[in-house]
Amino acid sequence: MIEIRGLEKYFGALQVLKGIDLDVAKGEVLSVIGASGSGKSTLLYCINGLEPIQKGSVVVDGTNVHDKATDINKLRQKLGMVFQQWNSFPHLTALENVALSPRIVKGKSRADAQEIAEQQLKHVGLADKLNVYPNALSGGQQQRLAIARALAMEPTYMLFDEATSALDPELVGEVLDTMRLLAEEGMTMICVTHEMGFARDVSDRVAYFHHGVMEEIGPPSQVFGDPQSEHTRKFLSNVR
Amino acid sequence: MQQSISFFTGFGVNDLWFLGEAALRTLWISAVSICAGTVLGILFGWILYEAKFLGAVTLAPVLDIFRSVPLIIQLVLFYNFAPIIGLDFGPFGSGVVVLTIYTASLVAIVARGGIEAVGKPMRRAARSLGMSYWQDMRHVVLPIGGRAVFPSWVGVALGVMKDSALVSVLGYVELLKASQILITRTQEPFLILAIAGAFYFALSYPISRYAAQLEKRWAQ
Repeated sequence: MIEIRGLEKYFGALQVLKGIDLDVAKGEVLSVIGASGSGKSTLLYCINGLEPIQKGSVVVDGTNVHDKATDINKLRQKLGMVFQQWNSFPHLTALENVALSPRIVKGKSRADAQEIAEQQLKHVGLADKLNVYPNALSGGQQQRLAIARALAMEPTYMLFDEATSALDPELVGEVLDTMRLLAEEGMTMICVTHEMGFARDVSDRVAYFHHGVMEEIGPPSQVFGDPQSEHTRKFLSNVR
Repeated sequence: MQQSISFFTGFGVNDLWFLGEAALRTLWISAVSICAGTVLGILFGWILYEAKFLGAVTLAPVLDIFRSVPLIIQLVLFYNFAPIIGLDFGPFGSGVVVLTIYTASLVAIVARGGIEAVGKPMRRAARSLGMSYWQDMRHVVLPIGGRAVFPSWVGVALGVMKDSALVSVLGYVELLKASQILITRTQEPFLILAIAGAFYFALSYPISRYAAQLEKRWAQ
């Protein structure tokens, strides 16, 4: 369970998160929508401690993320993250990309790490690309590689930061399908996304962010069908 | 009729051997300085990158001095004045010390560039997988950034090898000093400098060939 309480985040003088309260239960798929600069990506960075926070708390399975005593590297193993830019390691093959962190972070043997990597690459549909370097993969394949790489750490939660925003339109589908597959398998997911179709069809809840405030949260039918806030209504009418 | 006495003798096979030995000394002093200077330079580059303000006010000006003052002046100053404070290393030791610091001051900039070449998103991705700062450095930044700046590093290394000729002013008999000795004896500067040049080429060329091959392999 992820518990966020009174979370405030500043970049210099600019306040990007203005007191967020949010719980995400295990097995839940939460989509976070909103305009660029609304703080939704920053929320993800605060959840896995890539960004420090100024006020409030983020607690993951009882561990305070921003507590100095927390072993953040250990905690991050629970929190897989996929970024807008896929960031594949260019000097490693697909298999090595995925096998690297199980080996060096979790201390698995080379053979075990490779087995995990093979499994996860099959999982995301890249079984035939094991020994290919990232520059020979399409954007969609690289993004699925990034998903496999995160899954190889056997995370409890997956954070998706606009995972399809940097992709060519014809490649978006394969990545969304992979995310759908994970959702069906019961993975707990927080997806910051501009894909309204995905948010409506796959999520259990949808949160709408506006200027650092979570304006609205609820089941997709409510947020899309009967938005309570004026801002949500305006945003949805603009993206449709 | 009296034969004139000649103080000069021609260039012989032994002299080629003499130059070969001197070339090995050039190789040796360069290799030691480049290795030590690279290690030190990476450390400096890391400091410049991580401690932006502190590095900029402390380390950067010092490195600027070593980069800007001609190497020959650094060598003569260090060789002659270091013994005053009890640092008497002799010609070879002094040469190594000065060349190492000189190499380090050049490699520092290259190394900082290498770290910068690995963007923040890539490093965040590595950290998000649970890697520690040092694991990220070792398994992501070093291989990716290292490859990005490898050609610049090779340029520095080859430059330092040629600049090592300046150690001849301290009396260390490396390739250039050996050539000067032979020129004085044989009065055949053209021949001997051509041979010395060929030796320098023979030392540099394999390195640049090997480097080019490595880059080609990485580019796949």
